[in-house]
Amino acid sequence: MADSPSNNEYWSANIRLVTICLVIWALCSFGFGILLRPLISGIAVGGTDLGFWFAQQGSILVFLVLIFFYAWRMNSLDKQFGVDEE
Amino acid sequence: MDQTTLNFIFVGASFALYFGIAIWARAGSTSEFYAAGRGVNPVVNGMATAADWMSAASFISMAGLIAFTGYNNSLFLMGWTGGYVLMAMLLAPYLRKFGKYTVPEFVGDRYYSQSARVVAVVCLIVISTTYVIGQMAGAGVAFSRFLEVESDSGLIIAACVVAVYAVLGGMKGITYTQVAQYCVLIIAYTIPAIFISLQLTGNPIPGLGLFSTMNEGLPGGVEAGVPLLTTLDGLLTDLGFNEYTATTNPWLMALYTLSLMIGTAGLPHVIIRFFTVPRVADARWSAGWALVFIALLYLTAPAVGAMARLNIITTMWPNGVEGEAVAVDDLPDWFRTWEVTGLLGVEDLNGDGMIQYYNAGSEAGAALAEANGLEGNELVTFNRDILVLANPEIAQLPGWVIGLIAAGGLAAALSTAAGLLLAISSAISHDLIKSTINPNISEKGELMAARISMLVAIVVATYLGLNPPGFAAQVVALAFGLAAASLFPTLMMGIFSKRINSKGAVAGMLAGLVSTCLYLFLYLGWFFIPGTAMLDSSQYLFGIPPTHFGPIGALFNFIVAYLVSNATEEVPQEIQELVESVRIPRGAGAAVDH
Repeated sequence: MADSPSNNEYWSANIRLVTICLVIWALCSFGFGILLRPLISGIAVGGTDLGFWFAQQGSILVFLVLIFFYAWRMNSLDKQFGVDEE
Repeated sequence: MDQTTLNFIFVGASFALYFGIAIWARAGSTSEFYAAGRGVNPVVNGMATAADWMSAASFISMAGLIAFTGYNNSLFLMGWTGGYVLMAMLLAPYLRKFGKYTVPEFVGDRYYSQSARVVAVVCLIVISTTYVIGQMAGAGVAFSRFLEVESDSGLIIAACVVAVYAVLGGMKGITYTQVAQYCVLIIAYTIPAIFISLQLTGNPIPGLGLFSTMNEGLPGGVEAGVPLLTTLDGLLTDLGFNEYTATTNPWLMALYTLSLMIGTAGLPHVIIRFFTVPRVADARWSAGWALVFIALLYLTAPAVGAMARLNIITTMWPNGVEGEAVAVDDLPDWFRTWEVTGLLGVEDLNGDGMIQYYNAGSEAGAALAEANGLEGNELVTFNRDILVLANPEIAQLPGWVIGLIAAGGLAAALSTAAGLLLAISSAISHDLIKSTINPNISEKGELMAARISMLVAIVVATYLGLNPPGFAAQVVALAFGLAAASLFPTLMMGIFSKRINSKGAVAGMLAGLVSTCLYLFLYLGWFFIPGTAMLDSSQYLFGIPPTHFGPIGALFNFIVAYLVSNATEEVPQEIQELVESVRIPRGAGAAVDH
């Protein structure tokens, strides 16, 4: 079971999913919230700019969505590849 | 009924609740003591994790930290939540699948090395002990402020309370008390915030109120219909402070954020909470639920910070910045109450009978002083913790809300202290006594050893809390830096690479540990002893302060582990199979009764 092809496929699907999630994770916090803030400063949100919102609230909300999306997607990948818990 | 009696009733009731839970959730086996029998519902575990994670600092200090620097300290909001994404995707489910009791146990088994396990135990104890000092001190402070008990006696009372439920119930007792503590602390935090948000913006959700417009009829020359943040920026600029929404140094901010994120993901007392859920799938959900419960406070905190700062300014300048400042005799009652504690202090420097609050060191401040004959900022003491502690009084809420804040602050300190103490005691009884000193110890003997380790850990933590090393503040930076540089990379590589062997892991951990300690010690003093620092802040390498060093230490760990592993032997076949089995959830049930 250790090196079966479906396990490898399962693992690369997991790595792909984690990579996508972490790119979004970095883009919203380090990107929009900090380094790219000047680029989106034109977009006004409640008396300030979108970057400020991302830094104080937006990134936390994105983190939440990411974790639940990952959990849902992985749990269905487990079933798809037959490696879920009986 | 006077306020102190009311506070005693609230705190007493919350303690009675914790004791009740402790008796109900006694631990009967090591599995219950270390991992609550792995029967904790993922939502319940999420709530317990939130209480475990949110310390006295999150509850009392974070809103103030943000209020005083505005945008720049958003790094605490992102850093202390973003780590959960890393934990959910890179560590928690796999470590749950591994199905043992402690973090060093995984390191020891995966790297088939007792020395790797011992290095991990050392990292764990240093990280958790430094953390627990702050919690004990925080509990002492909460006692002394709200219950008029000496800080030292308060600390000892808090230690006794933790001792009862942690020694009796282990992880099982701690889990369910943490759930109760979460409920207490979140209610205490949000009620005053909701009222303040309603008063200022009319929006009952503080997180939305932060981005709303001002209500009518507010003091301080505040214009109705203008966004709250614009109003705050305007007032601060007029008084010579930095704008609330301005950026200072984005690159350093990003580095510090990353340091907190990686550090959070590597904290052992949080990781072990994910060992308590029944299945791998639950560990994934549970990380999400933990962040939901954390976010309830973390989305409120920036609103509390901004609104409290605005309230303080309009209290000091009831007629607007152009008008007359508040007269000494007109200071509100809550101001007088908190002046007694030394957290607030005023001094009428120019003798005009009014208190002018402004930034005397700035250009705008100098102009203000010139025009009005001021001789310096007269709000001479302004502790940032006041923003949360005095919130109910600022919002003119009844006395029971203040009692709730007292119980909430204690709940935040005790829940985190208990989690940390469990991480320490399980590392001692399971990783040192059971695996190294006396492998033949019986199940009953190990449970007794775990209880005794817990008691010893509480006594040591109490002693350190009573005699805090003078460097307590810097030590927290050490805890995060070490967690980021030592445990996180080693755990992650153990799961995601089959090539890293025992030599690589030990060399990597030591590289992360030594480089981080060295960088901290060079700038903050050897072992933080004042006067032994060899370099000062003008000589930071690439301008990086020691608090921000975590990711760089982690990078050293990754690189050294990779290079050493590639230069030495392959990982044995059975360990490669262990890694394979950790990566898939199937079979996790079997691991429960190992």
